[in-house]
Amino acid sequence: MKIRVHVSLKPGVLDPQGRAVHHALEGLGFSGVEDVRVGRLIELDVADDTGDAALDEMCEKLLANTVIENYRIEKVG
Amino acid sequence: MAFRAAVITFPGSNCDRDMAVAIEKVSGIAPIRVWHGDAHLPEDLDFIALPGGFSYGDYLRSGAMAANSPIMRSVKRRAERGVPVLGVCNGFQVLTEAGLLPGALMRNASQNFICRTVALSVENNQSLFTAGYDSGQTIDIPVAHHDGNYFADDNTLDRLEGDGRVAFRYVENCNGSRRDIAGVLNAAGNVLGMMPHPERAVDPAHGGTDGLALFENAIKALAEA
Repeated sequence: MKIRVHVSLKPGVLDPQGRAVHHALEGLGFSGVEDVRVGRLIELDVADDTGDAALDEMCEKLLANTVIENYRIEKVG
Repeated sequence: MAFRAAVITFPGSNCDRDMAVAIEKVSGIAPIRVWHGDAHLPEDLDFIALPGGFSYGDYLRSGAMAANSPIMRSVKRRAERGVPVLGVCNGFQVLTEAGLLPGALMRNASQNFICRTVALSVENNQSLFTAGYDSGQTIDIPVAHHDGNYFADDNTLDRLEGDGRVAFRYVENCNGSRRDIAGVLNAAGNVLGMMPHPERAVDPAHGGTDGLALFENAIKALAEA
């Protein structure tokens, strides 16, 4: 089973990387970009019987730092 | 009984030797060097230091991999039993990732790696690590980091400040840290994490000796205990 874990900074947490990328986009002449947030995509290939609780635990314990990050688990198939 | 300290080395640690030299300079006894893959810490440790560096190449997040390495389970148990633990720079990142200290260390607000000596103010001089300083004293300690931007939510920050757990603040905020925080203590006061490097300020040849009092006070207090 293929899983994608999307990790993103929580709303309200300052994202210096996103701000720098935003600035760079403007520098390239792209207008109308309101905001940029940089996150992380982690792809996992796990046994088909891996439960949701185990996936959550993986995110909570290692893949995301829940002090500053949210995560979203997507089952790709 | 002789003072026993341990310095933990992870793959990618690069301040472990400096830390060991600082501890030996003050205590007269070379600390035990412990490798990250070791399952157990030596018995009867008086002091544990997590050094700076780039453990595991900062994969995933700074300190995240090291926080889950085998030796950290032992470090957590010792910390819970009251053994003093000092985490500097990457060591601070490891302590937050391991849940031994609150908050997280994010990319510097400027996006730049910062490597220079900065002024810190001593906010709490009642802890084992800071009692050698005066409250409000300004000390000069080098920083060298890319991810030193301390973040915690407002409630956590209020609690830390209310409980006197902010050990050091930057006199001039160099990295975007919330409320200028440079170092924090755990609730029991036996775990200190800080981004600046006191072990790089213990010899006149370093350009300053303001870090010496941190080691002297902690080690003297432990040796007398």
